Amino acid sequence: MSGRAAQRIDLRGMVLPVALVAAAELLVRSRGLRSDAIAAPSEVLLAWLRALVDGTLLSATAETLACAVAGLAIGFTLGVVLGTIFGLRGLVDELMEVTIEAIRPIPPVALIPIALLVYGFGYRLEIAIVVFATLWPAMIFTRTAIRGIAPRLFEVAKALELSPRERIFKIVIPAALPQIFVALRLSAAISLIVAVTVEVTANTIGLGHEMMMAQSSLHPDLMLALLVWTGVLGWMINAAMLLAQRLLFPSSIAERTGEAAR
Amino acid sequence: MDGTGDGTAVTAEADAILELKGAGLIIGSREILRGIDLAIAPGEFVCVVGPSGCGKTTLLRLLAGLMLPTAGEVTYRGAPVRRASRDVAIVFQDYGNALLPWRTAAANVALPLETMGLARDERAARVETLLRTVGLEGHGEKFPGQMSGGMQQRVQIARCLAQSPSVLLMDEPFGALDAMTRQGLQDEFLGLVAQNSVTTFFVTHDLEEAIYLGDRVIGLLPNPGRVGIALDVGLPRPRNQLTTREDPEFLRLRRALFDFIARAEA
Repeated sequence: MSGRAAQRIDLRGMVLPVALVAAAELLVRSRGLRSDAIAAPSEVLLAWLRALVDGTLLSATAETLACAVAGLAIGFTLGVVLGTIFGLRGLVDELMEVTIEAIRPIPPVALIPIALLVYGFGYRLEIAIVVFATLWPAMIFTRTAIRGIAPRLFEVAKALELSPRERIFKIVIPAALPQIFVALRLSAAISLIVAVTVEVTANTIGLGHEMMMAQSSLHPDLMLALLVWTGVLGWMINAAMLLAQRLLFPSSIAERTGEAAR
Repeated sequence: MDGTGDGTAVTAEADAILELKGAGLIIGSREILRGIDLAIAPGEFVCVVGPSGCGKTTLLRLLAGLMLPTAGEVTYRGAPVRRASRDVAIVFQDYGNALLPWRTAAANVALPLETMGLARDERAARVETLLRTVGLEGHGEKFPGQMSGGMQQRVQIARCLAQSPSVLLMDEPFGALDAMTRQGLQDEFLGLVAQNSVTTFFVTHDLEEAIYLGDRVIGLLPNPGRVGIALDVGLPRPRNQLTTREDPEFLRLRRALFDFIARAEA
C-alpha cells in the first residue's frame, strides 16, 4: 500500500483482526487440532504461497476475473442503456414495468440449470449469469438518476437548442454519472460474488472450483487460502473503484462538501 | 403616461420584436392567463409585476416557447413561437438548478458556444471576455458549488450572453440574493443591457426593482392572469441607486404600483 493509503487507515482498526489471527494460530498449535475444516493461519499462508508458485492460484484468479469482468462489462452496459431509455421515456418504462418486476427477483444462481443446458460448462455459462446479476443495479440506478435530474436542466437544454445527442451526452449522462458510478461499484462487487458462486455450485473453472476441489480432497489450508484470497480480491476491486470515483468526480464531491476540489 | 425620457417605450405593433396577441392559457380546468396583449419593442426593457400566483412566470414561459398558449398567439419577429430558440435567452431564478454542477463556471459559459459549433480556442477567448463582462475574471475554474449565489447568477447571465441573444427573459433573477448583492447586480446588468442593446423581459416581485430597471412596467391581475396596468417609466438613464430612487417620478410610479398591487390582492 502507498504511504497515503496507509495514513488514511486507522491502525486501531487492525488490532482486532491481528489479535484474532494470532489467537487462531495459538489455539491450533497449542491444542494440536487436526480438522478437515480448520487450518492454522501459518499453514493457510504456506498453502497460498504454494498455489502461487505452482501457478494454479494465478490461472484460477484469471479465470474468475475474466468471467466477472466480461459479465460486468456486458451487463452494466446493457443496464445503463436500458436505464437511460426507461428514465427518459416514461411510456416505455410503464410498458415494461410488470415484465421487469417479474424477471428481476429471480436469483441469478437459479438460472444456472437453464444456462448449463444452453451453454454447457465454461466461460459462457458463468458470464451469462454475471450479466443477469449486474444488469439490474445498473438499470435501476441509471433510471432513478435520470428521473431525478432537475427538470430545469432539460429546460436549459431546450433553451440552448441542444440536439437530442447533445442532450444525452452533455446533460443527461453527466448529471447521472455519479450515481451510475455507484451502480458500477455495486455491480463490480456483485460480479465477483456471482462468478465465485457459479464456480462453487456448478462450473469447472476459477477460484470457486479450486476451493471445492481443495475441500473434497481434504486440504483445508488451501481451501481457506483461496477463501481469504477471494476476499482480498473483492476488497481490492472496491478500493480501486473508490479511488477511481474520487479521481473522476472531484466536482460532485466538492459540491457535496462545499470544499475545494483538491 | 406623461414620461418622455430617452428610454420611453415604442410600442407600435409593426416594430415589436416579441408580441402576445390575445394570449391565454388553460391547463386542465384552470385558466392561468387570459387575453394578454403585449408588444415589446426592440431594445425595450419591460418589467412584469403582480401578486404571487398571477402567472408572471407562466407568461415568461410562453414568450420563451417553453409552453404554448391555448388561445391567441405569441410571435417573435412576426413568426409564431413554437419552441425555445437560442436567440431568446432565459435567466432562471434558481441558478443552482440551471447551472451544470459538474462543469466549471467557464465550461458552463462555454456550453452554448459548443452547440453553436465554435472552435475550441475561439471558445476559450469568448468565455474569457464573457466572464470579464460579468465581473468573474479569474473565477472560471471554480465549480458552481464553490461560488456564492451572486456569482452563480453572474455565471448564468454570462451563459445567456454567450448565446448572443436578441432577447433576454429573466425570471426573478435577483430574487434569491441579498439586498446589497442585488443592487450591485441591478446596476451591472443595466450596463450590460445598454452595451448589448438587447431587449429584456424581466419578471420580479420587487416593485421598486421593476421601476428602477424598466422602460415600462406591466402589472398583472390574478385569477386568471391578465394585464391590469401598464406604466411608462420616464426616468432618465443611466439610473442611479440614490438619485433615481429619490426622483419624484420614481415615487409617483412607486405609489401607483403599490396601490395597484393592494387592489389586485384585495
